[in-house]
Amino acid sequence: MMMMMMMKVMMMVTVMVSEGSIIEQTCKETPDFNLCVSLLNSDPRGSSADTSGLALILIDKIKGLTTKTLNEINGLYKKRPELKRALDECSRRYKTILNADVPEAIEAISKGVPKFGEDGVIDAGVEASVCEGGFKGKSPLTSLTKSMQKISNVTRAIVRMLL
Amino acid sequence: MADPNQETHGPRRRRPFKGLLAVSFGLLFIAFYVALIATHDGSRSNDEGIDETETITSRARLAGVSEKRNDGLWKLSGDRNTPAFDWNNSMLSWQRTAFHFQPEQNWMNDPNGPLFYKGWYHFFYQYNPNAAVWGDIVWGHAVSRDLIHWVHLPIAMVADQWYDSNGVWTGSATFLPDGSIVMLYTGSTDKAVQVQNLAYPEDPNDPLLLKWVKFPGNPVLVPPPGILPKDFRDPTTAWKTSEGKWRITIGSKLNKTGISLVYDTIDFKTYEKLDTLLHRVPNTGMWECVDFYPVSKTAGNGLDTSVNGPAVKHIVKASMDDTRFDHYAVGTYFDSNGTWIPDDPTIDVGMSASLRYDYGKFYASKSFYDQNKGRRVLWSWIGESDSEASDVQKGWSSLQGIPRTVVLDTKTGKNLVQWPVEEIKSLRLSSKQFDLEVGPGSVVPVDVGSAAQLDIEAEFEINKESLEKILGNASVVAEAEEFSCEKSGGSTVRGALGPFGFSVLATESLSEQTPVYFYVAKGTDSELKTFFCTDTSRSSVANDVVKPIYGSIVPVLKGEKLTMRILVDHSIVEAFGQGGRTCITSRVYPTTAIYGAAKLFLFNNALDATVTASFTVWQMNSAFIHPYSDEAVRALSRT
Repeated sequence: MMMMMMMKVMMMVTVMVSEGSIIEQTCKETPDFNLCVSLLNSDPRGSSADTSGLALILIDKIKGLTTKTLNEINGLYKKRPELKRALDECSRRYKTILNADVPEAIEAISKGVPKFGEDGVIDAGVEASVCEGGFKGKSPLTSLTKSMQKISNVTRAIVRMLL
Repeated sequence: MADPNQETHGPRRRRPFKGLLAVSFGLLFIAFYVALIATHDGSRSNDEGIDETETITSRARLAGVSEKRNDGLWKLSGDRNTPAFDWNNSMLSWQRTAFHFQPEQNWMNDPNGPLFYKGWYHFFYQYNPNAAVWGDIVWGHAVSRDLIHWVHLPIAMVADQWYDSNGVWTGSATFLPDGSIVMLYTGSTDKAVQVQNLAYPEDPNDPLLLKWVKFPGNPVLVPPPGILPKDFRDPTTAWKTSEGKWRITIGSKLNKTGISLVYDTIDFKTYEKLDTLLHRVPNTGMWECVDFYPVSKTAGNGLDTSVNGPAVKHIVKASMDDTRFDHYAVGTYFDSNGTWIPDDPTIDVGMSASLRYDYGKFYASKSFYDQNKGRRVLWSWIGESDSEASDVQKGWSSLQGIPRTVVLDTKTGKNLVQWPVEEIKSLRLSSKQFDLEVGPGSVVPVDVGSAAQLDIEAEFEINKESLEKILGNASVVAEAEEFSCEKSGGSTVRGALGPFGFSVLATESLSEQTPVYFYVAKGTDSELKTFFCTDTSRSSVANDVVKPIYGSIVPVLKGEKLTMRILVDHSIVEAFGQGGRTCITSRVYPTTAIYGAAKLFLFNNALDATVTASFTVWQMNSAFIHPYSDEAVRALSRT
């Protein structure tokens, strides 16, 4: 009986260690291992996802970050009215991520034509950069921009694994 | 084994102790086991190191592509003082083309099922009726009498069956001997499996082929064993085998090896998969939009897809998912087992050095045999190089290239030659002819009036003296082996014998410009090599567009002058070197070199050589592509 229990524990450990390592092995091939692992581990689907699934989790993170940034932008209109023009541009850019890039990427990856997913993910980074540039060096959104760029880079690396 | 600490109680007391020992031993064992797995993973990655050199090269190639795509864009984040560009509707609406095929709005990608039937050229395409990005794909449709003047028609096929509810994707048409049409296309099923479906015109007497019927027995092909459900798409036009069956090929991949599967059929409803592949090339990734067709070794006309024989070579082309490049190779087809081998395996389909139809933005191309004029015509999807926010704002995305004839280059025997279809000349309005000698380091304005819709045909000759001086001078370093359009710095970098050419869509002050040019360089064998490039790096001051330098070496045979043709049509520039031996399509988004401010310049940036340019510039009319109406169709049918 002790043998049985030991076998069960060993199997569990094997499964745990090798599942953890799917995320780790995937994340090793991305430009930001730590970010990649923390994002994927923070999602309950992460431990049982295949590469497509991992990509979709990250696209969800992009979506979440976009919504968060849009809220931040909305809040800034009152606090920093002098930034209205740049905020308008940012609002437009982040809405593009939400309404165009994210749905495109989700559909493309789910249907097995990942190149369109790659386009959407790259564009998310572009839109964030363009928004940032509109503040001419004095952006109140820099840390959110940097997050989007980093997540976009990591997600792109994973999407490329599906090509 | 006796433990001095053991209480001398009965067996009941001994069991818990043994249990404790067993558990700790077990835990130790497990810890050891975990350590074993961890190091096994480590050693597994070392095993993969055997493939490392191959992986590194292909990864480097891919990284090279991604860097190229990203470089211009990530500069945004680096330089916080460059303001984001403010696109206004005037700039964006200028981008729409005058004579390239595009739907009235929204997203388009791959060309589908092009064909000629009952007096009309038909063009179908991947279309998103809902947005300016890819998604919800259906088949758009349009017709023309001349491949240039189009009328849009209603959507030909929607995603209304379980076997294509997730997408009515790319396909090709085949003509049966009785003149009827069968269409094979990829459907993405309700479970997102890629399958092949059969469709045909509902009414063969309708020259407009408005309505299509899907075969009730669809799908006719599902992914075979060993092929993943999402790696099976884009069936080709069928050709006849010597046994009288029809044969098609479908691209796919096995791990990272690009392959093309082969199927035979009598009725397009049931198929026999061949054990052999048409071809396979390792490390090229998924092959999309495979195309397979014969070309004449001697004649300049096109050939029906079923033609075979000693006077014929066969082309295998595939669109590489990994790099978004269309590659092709010339080779020999063996009908007995449905296989093909390239003439030159060092430039096999998909290898980085293998030939491309076009060295710019050009993907998912598809050819068809035009039985009306006995030519093979090539369509291609030309995507955008701007941000999706701009696409959403302007309400559309993507163009088709001008249809090109494609034939084997009978002079070299090793490459294809493409040329815009003759009918485009019907758009030529007024013209101006020039014969200019251009000294080293000069830029000459070419006064042609409006410069956003042009057809330019030019011949260049480098001054004989300059050539002899350079070739004879041993101290002039050979640079041809090191040069590449992409990496050698663009048109501002001056060499002994180049660059020289035209700057299109340029402002008066050249603050925005798109040079299309030759760069002639001396090789280590003292022979000259000629490169043909388009430099979009200064095409726009906007920093949310991609601005690469495109191009390639162009074969120039003894006695040939250097020739180029350029079609300028707002945000697209199509350039053809040496009669179409090397072609470059670019997307450009100037912010000030638009409307009346767009100008044309001739330039010679060589250090020493004088160049003579003889050229004609035509103003190009709009093709007036019409939305669907009976009137528009009637108007076209009279032409």
